[in-house]
Amino acid sequence: MAWFLVKRALALALTLLAASLLVFGVLEVLPGDPALLILGVNAREDTLAALRESMGLDQPALWRYLTWIGDLLRGRFADSLTYDVPVSELLLPRLAVSGPLALLSLTLAVALALPLGVLAAARRGRITDTAIMGASQIGIAVPNFWLGILLVLLFAVSLRWLPAGGFPGWDAGLGAGLAALLMPAVALALPQAAILTRVTRSAVLEVLGEDYMRTARAKGLSRGEALWRHGLRNAMIPVVTIMGLQFSFLLAGTIIIENVFNLPGVGRLVFQAISQRDLVVVRDVVVLLAATVGVVNFLVDLSYALLDPRLRHGAGAGSGRHG
Amino acid sequence: MASPRRLSAAGWIGAAIAAVVILTALVSLVWTPHDPTVMDVANKLSGPGAAHPLGTDHFGRDTLSQLMVGARVSIAVSVVAVGLGVGLGVPLGLLAAARRGWIDEAVMRFNDLAFAFPALLTAVLITALLGPGAINAILAIGLFNIPVFARVARGAALPLWKRPFIQAARLAGRGRTRISLDHILPNIAGTLIVQATIQFALAILAEAGLSYLGLGSQPPEVSWGRMLNEAQTFLFLEPRLAVLPGLAIVLTVLGLNLLGDGLRDRLDPRLETGLETRREGG
Repeated sequence: MAWFLVKRALALALTLLAASLLVFGVLEVLPGDPALLILGVNAREDTLAALRESMGLDQPALWRYLTWIGDLLRGRFADSLTYDVPVSELLLPRLAVSGPLALLSLTLAVALALPLGVLAAARRGRITDTAIMGASQIGIAVPNFWLGILLVLLFAVSLRWLPAGGFPGWDAGLGAGLAALLMPAVALALPQAAILTRVTRSAVLEVLGEDYMRTARAKGLSRGEALWRHGLRNAMIPVVTIMGLQFSFLLAGTIIIENVFNLPGVGRLVFQAISQRDLVVVRDVVVLLAATVGVVNFLVDLSYALLDPRLRHGAGAGSGRHG
Repeated sequence: MASPRRLSAAGWIGAAIAAVVILTALVSLVWTPHDPTVMDVANKLSGPGAAHPLGTDHFGRDTLSQLMVGARVSIAVSVVAVGLGVGLGVPLGLLAAARRGWIDEAVMRFNDLAFAFPALLTAVLITALLGPGAINAILAIGLFNIPVFARVARGAALPLWKRPFIQAARLAGRGRTRISLDHILPNIAGTLIVQATIQFALAILAEAGLSYLGLGSQPPEVSWGRMLNEAQTFLFLEPRLAVLPGLAIVLTVLGLNLLGDGLRDRLDPRLETGLETRREGG
């Protein structure tokens, strides 16, 4: 178990190192001088040189990379090129929107997908199964931003139950904040729930054919009891894997959804920073997002060990998901 | 359970939908009811009628014509993007399976790295930094298809290398590259076709997302995502404009997914869902 942890942590660290090098390298070779961007094309050459020096742009690339990473690790962020405040000051209030949004949609997706997936598996081949699978097939095909637009059409334009977009801030009260996040969260969650339902169904079907399930039935447990006490835990491994991967999907989905609903979140921050070529914000946020994805997948690997005791002692749970 | 040799009913429905969409795209090359880019402000936001079967948008452009051309743009971008993934990913996967050792390790680590970035975020980054446009959207979407096909090809090829007929070819003195091309590739083609169908559907979704954000094909070119973006401004006035392009996307993706599932059941009944390879889209 300890060895497994160390190996996975090392792999995570290496991936993050490579990811940060990649982001830094890509932004490095792109045309566009940040000093020129700030001062404009009419700036005098000596003013430009002075600004480059104060921003450290005259230093060698490797040194700038090391300074950047060192600062990031100590929680020190450089100033945004367009807003003149540290990136952390831009990021934190937006995390307060995107974090709850991602969490809410993940919760919705799981709350919908797990019962439906188990139900479909339990009623395999019957009308319930066919209906759930058909609905999930459509759910996968629906782009989340279009679903968002349809929700606005129904609940904001026609019924006038919910705001069409924008975010009042958490100061306006928990209710108002959640009301603003509800439609975006549903739009993000439904397509994910459709995928998760299918994964849950096939994982449960797989488990239902196992010997230990027959043993459980033979010792007198009902089908439902056997599934609940022995089956679900084992069926959860592929489900948790997909959930971990969907988290990365949700993070990326916020870019579009926050644009649909005009939410001041991380996705919009990064989208605006890209269009304004604010490379300081872009590289920090992209690396932090990649780190989040990496950490979540690390936690997913850890959860395998908790779900399946065999993996605590056996070899390479981490390689299992590449199957 | 349908016989694994025949395409299921759902598979046929998917094939029919996909055929209709592709046919529409082809027809739009030679004929559309109106020129989709011609503005006719006098007839703006008019509802469905004899002149415009699906109505017009805020510039008086014909919605049906725009949807038809949108199908063509969507399919063209996705075909080239998936082609890029197949063209670069499959050789990488075959190579990794044939050579194993450090090459295999390097290919798999490259895959892990690619999956560390949320695909859509990187696609947005690429298109925004290289400049918006159809070509860069293709690059951005194609890039994410490379590791997908590398992994699928490697995974399907690995067990084949242990099979007797491959071992026999080895003993007959054939090189690993020749064996990969002559024996491995034909045997994993079914799996690759199924995966290509799924990735095609994902590429359609990704293209729509990018052009919704204004990063895909640029005006006056038409695309479903852009139509949705423009329609959002007129949501209160003309909801029809926001509903129709979305329906076109859903129908296309649904058709391709049904076709993919049907082909999978037929070509490889062991893979029941294959959803674990479905996730890497936009």
